[in-house]
Amino acid sequence: MKPPPPRAVARFVQRQPLGAIGGVIVVVLVAVALFAPQLAPHGPKETGFAPYLPPSADFPMGTDQIGRDVLSRVVWGARLSLYVGLTSVLIGVTLGALWGVVTAYIGGAPDSGSQRVVDSLMALPPIILALALMAALGQSVNNVVLALLLLLVPTAARTVRSVALSVKEFPFVEAAMAAGCSHTRVIVRHILPNCLATYIVLVTTNVSYAIVVEASLSFIGAGAPPDEPSWGGMLTAGTQAMENAPWLVLFPGVAISLAVFGLNLLGDAIRDLADPRLRGGLG
Amino acid sequence: MRTYIARRLLLFVPTLFGASLLIFVLMRLVPGDIAEILVYQTGSESSAVQTRQIEQIRRELGLDRPVATQFLAWLGGAVRGDFGYSYSQRRPVNEILAERFPRSMELAAITLLLAALWSIPLGVVSAVRQNTWLDYLVRVLSISGLSLPIFFTGVLILYLLVRVFRWLPPLEYVSLTEAPLENLKQLIWPALAQAYYISAPIMRLTRSQMLEVVRQDYVRTARAKGLGEGSVMYRHALRNSLLPVVTFIGWWGGRLLGGVVIMEIIFAVPGMGLALVQAVSYRDYPTVQAIIFVMALIFLAVNLAVDLLYGWLDPRIRYA
Repeated sequence: MKPPPPRAVARFVQRQPLGAIGGVIVVVLVAVALFAPQLAPHGPKETGFAPYLPPSADFPMGTDQIGRDVLSRVVWGARLSLYVGLTSVLIGVTLGALWGVVTAYIGGAPDSGSQRVVDSLMALPPIILALALMAALGQSVNNVVLALLLLLVPTAARTVRSVALSVKEFPFVEAAMAAGCSHTRVIVRHILPNCLATYIVLVTTNVSYAIVVEASLSFIGAGAPPDEPSWGGMLTAGTQAMENAPWLVLFPGVAISLAVFGLNLLGDAIRDLADPRLRGGLG
Repeated sequence: MRTYIARRLLLFVPTLFGASLLIFVLMRLVPGDIAEILVYQTGSESSAVQTRQIEQIRRELGLDRPVATQFLAWLGGAVRGDFGYSYSQRRPVNEILAERFPRSMELAAITLLLAALWSIPLGVVSAVRQNTWLDYLVRVLSISGLSLPIFFTGVLILYLLVRVFRWLPPLEYVSLTEAPLENLKQLIWPALAQAYYISAPIMRLTRSQMLEVVRQDYVRTARAKGLGEGSVMYRHALRNSLLPVVTFIGWWGGRLLGGVVIMEIIFAVPGMGLALVQAVSYRDYPTVQAIIFVMALIFLAVNLAVDLLYGWLDPRIRYA
């Protein structure tokens, strides 16, 4: 990927100052996730230190209930969060977008049938749907991604479908059909590109959502296995000893808040730029 | 209008059917069943005895029947309002619903009330004083509210309560009718934590709506005919900008019932969510299915009510 020219960056900073702050936080987050092995002083699952050590020079964020270095786990947690957030959102929104575009194009019974499936999935409370799926699949990081797909695909399908329905009515689609384009060509070359802005907005605004859902699932003990360095899971374990060892709650909590804060700011800015119609949306 | 409501109500049927089927299938995929959990819990010795016990419990609960039969039997009961028997709590599921639902509803209601009480005025102030320090303060508050996951806010509040007030969530729940004040003292904290999160989008929406409305012609007319600023803002601007805000709060109301699970866990409120999490870990199928069914039903009903409310509040909108 080519870095954007400096002038474009300057313009973005000027027009979206909050977005730029978010961008900086996200860059730091990505860097921490990429260089976790170099940055973390210890392994994320490495035990053997004294438990419940308060923050000190040796352990800047203290140690946890079974003697693991909290700093190392917070650093590796960035990698886990970003991995879950990015894979689930990229796969989920892509599948949902394809589903939405294809059913909107076909129309009729298949379309309304698929909308009923979306209705059913969206009528279930998200955390509870994810909880049920995790109970069925068993706890692992990749199963959290699967559970998130179940939440993200229907939402994306519904949003993209509504955009595709209006794109379908444009004269250029009719022209393409009149010129003898195949259905696949009409969808891929004419309808899909016009849903791109919605797609980008869906991706950028849902990464923070996915990260929060992962942490929430791990918090209620249904997400990543307890030894994985998930910020949500670390928080749960810390809650047990909160009164005497508040750092166990504070550091993972601040890490997740900061990550979500940065992603929200950046997502808002990208939404404003990519799709002015959604400006001032509901977040 | 009547046909619109009828059509929407008719759509409830496939949606609820689909949702119930999905949860039914998911729960059957969960390894182990309640018979195994109950028998291995008692820790009896001989494995032959255990196997017999397990088989007997399965027969009693009808778990030995084909899965499709089980689903149809459950569905038949559900449409008649009978959700079966909870083997883990040893009482009818309807009793659990009647006991737990009011609690979660109350928690959700207090949450919405708190959120609306402070986010609407702040949103208005932020719009009226646009681009002043007050506006920036409100906007930072709102975006930070969206960034703090509710479980973190909840745990922080709990920590402060324990540290400063030496207060722990009571093990014994008191109901609103028994001791209203004690009950409020228990529920106000989880409600506060959740309200902080949902007040952020309400604040943003109120602000952007107000900003849009104060630029309308009729607001300029109201000013031009010499109305005081307070009257212009309250009678003309605020009333017209609250419409989407009210419906948005209603939408949250539908979502909240499923969303208070985490608060119930942190603050030990024995509501719907807590019952659900326990039922999942016991593989108590009837309870899980009933709770989720009712949650989905309420979500759909609230959504319909919100849409109708929208048409009632704004006479320009008419449903065919």
